[in-house]
Amino acid sequence: MHRYLTVLAGCVSLYTAAAHAAPATNAFNPRISLILQGTYADYSNTDEADIPGTVMGPETEFRPEGMSLAESELILESNIDHRFHGWTTLALENEDGETVVAVEEAYINTLALPAGFAMKFGRFFSDIGYLNPVHTHAWDFVDNPLAYRALLANQYGDDGIQLRWVAPTPLLVELGAEALRGDGYPGGGEDRGNINAWSAFAHVGGDAGVGGAWRVGLSHLRTDAVDRVTGEEVETAFTGDSQLSIVDAVYKWAPQGNATERSVVIQAEYLHRDESGSVTADPEGSGDSSRYEGTQYGWYAQVIYGFMRNWRAGIRYGQVSSDNRLSNPVAGTSLETLANAADDTPNRTSVMLDWSPSEFSRLRVQFNRDNSRPDEASDNQIFVQYIFSLGSHPAHQF
Amino acid sequence: MKRLLLLALLGISPATWAAVNVFACEPEWAALATEIGGDDVTPYSATTALQDPHKIQARPSLIAAYRRADLLICTGADLELGWLPALAQKGNNPKLRDGSPGHLEVCRFVTMLEVPETVDRSQGDVHPYGNPHIQTDPRNILAAAKELAHRLAQVDPAHAANYTQRLEDFQQRWQSAMDDWEARAAPLKGVGAISSHNGFPYLYHWLGMRRLNTLESTPGVPPSAGHLQSVLAGLKTEPARMVIYAAYQNERPAQWLSEHGQIPAVKLPFTVGGVKGADDLFSLFDVTITRLLEAAS
Repeated sequence: MHRYLTVLAGCVSLYTAAAHAAPATNAFNPRISLILQGTYADYSNTDEADIPGTVMGPETEFRPEGMSLAESELILESNIDHRFHGWTTLALENEDGETVVAVEEAYINTLALPAGFAMKFGRFFSDIGYLNPVHTHAWDFVDNPLAYRALLANQYGDDGIQLRWVAPTPLLVELGAEALRGDGYPGGGEDRGNINAWSAFAHVGGDAGVGGAWRVGLSHLRTDAVDRVTGEEVETAFTGDSQLSIVDAVYKWAPQGNATERSVVIQAEYLHRDESGSVTADPEGSGDSSRYEGTQYGWYAQVIYGFMRNWRAGIRYGQVSSDNRLSNPVAGTSLETLANAADDTPNRTSVMLDWSPSEFSRLRVQFNRDNSRPDEASDNQIFVQYIFSLGSHPAHQF
Repeated sequence: MKRLLLLALLGISPATWAAVNVFACEPEWAALATEIGGDDVTPYSATTALQDPHKIQARPSLIAAYRRADLLICTGADLELGWLPALAQKGNNPKLRDGSPGHLEVCRFVTMLEVPETVDRSQGDVHPYGNPHIQTDPRNILAAAKELAHRLAQVDPAHAANYTQRLEDFQQRWQSAMDDWEARAAPLKGVGAISSHNGFPYLYHWLGMRRLNTLESTPGVPPSAGHLQSVLAGLKTEPARMVIYAAYQNERPAQWLSEHGQIPAVKLPFTVGGVKGADDLFSLFDVTITRLLEAAS
């Protein structure tokens, strides 16, 4: 009995009293946060931003020149009951002058599976790689690395189911697999019956000394595409299978593990993709077709240095390469572009500086020296960005 | 034998099979688990006294520890809001789910101070459930001990008698230590102090000290030069005897005020392991009282 009296006198009762009558009605509401983002962008080169050797997926174009609002994200999340947790991210974007609402994520996570297992189902960003599941607002740069842009259309998200397991060991060992619809790039196209994409990933991580922590990961994504259509004005269709492997590593350090004043994050990933099938240039028009065996690979490495409270500086280098074979590289079409890209090494160097007066606000400037267009044509890019988070901001993963 | 070898390779020792793995968010609760659990528990502290408990990353080793734990003991009141939910999401451990006996938030068993009437982010790092730094009042430690013994007995009924017995022993030793601390701390009654971060309301409340000002004008936001000047100016109308900061905090603002205001700056351990000599719960309060008395004399 005494114990329960203590409870009544504790934070719960005082909280109720302090917040007046309100909690009774809204205590079970989901936690809500709204992410507001915008950029100012300036480019010295205004040619179409193609990366030679790859047919890029949707929404891979640069941010609009000048001032623009980036997607606004509305996140709602809550425990549903003692077994399930739900999460939704709705993105409001501007597409050709119209506001479009996209369901970026909508998934259920299990809370009560035994023996270290958990399951996720619905629409979610795949846990492949290190950056793939990271939300735009948590990126360390305005843009994702070149290799992510070229091989994953920035981020791979899809509808499906994920099973993962954490081993009962002092070292973190996490294994997982996903079975997916295969709608998101590098999959896509018609005939989405059965399972058209699957992935597997393994993460191992731990501490290195008092102030250090590390994680390495290995992942693989296999997707089937049937007439996967990409490209802006003139389309290119791909039918075949696409296999992507990623190796990622991250190391974080802060004096005594206290990142308030100073911290260092070093991170690198290598992505390798093999595609095999056929491509058709301009399927609505000329419809030139070719057998296609493509290999694209790329990597990036970056260092983010928190040099004083609230301030961080970062540098990143990334590149992609390709080695594609086409049986019928028709001149003047995207087939020729795909076939003749091996001499180029599209690359980009970025530096950024950001200031976060609190966990809920961030202002950033970034400069890119971008050589990702054909013939490594240079583009000096300048960005100014803001990211604000209103409401109950969910905790970030490592 | 082969199996043992495999388990040893994976880092699972036979000793950890039997013992209750306790995941403590802060060092004070790991120390309390040692007091109440003895050999029956293996405590793990997610943070050290030199880390800011508000700002921890859900790093891989924490996920692994969360996964293996049988019982979680944390302050609660949103102190761990930035990282504990991330651990729960990745740690896949239903034993630690809120509502289970294995999930213990101490704040629910003590009287919270400074529960705000209204909350708004412009106020900085405020906590709607009240100030979460409850461990600086030893009476709260006692309340936590009772609940922890109760929870351990639920999670590990085979050793229930041990927990009850250790709790009784701890209560006796703690009560007599508290009598001693209160007697020694009598001269601190009414003494005015300035806090670096608003981390000591429970300590002041217990000892009858008065907080005259805080170096952080908004909680969690580093003090501006202008605010430091106004705190310094405030010393003229209402003199403080000391400026207090926690071991994990930047000492510069407190040192600056100490120099310009001619009052001692006191570094308090804040939790177990914060300064040399504060190695368990008893010495934590011994050192705290000693340092306060030195500054006040």
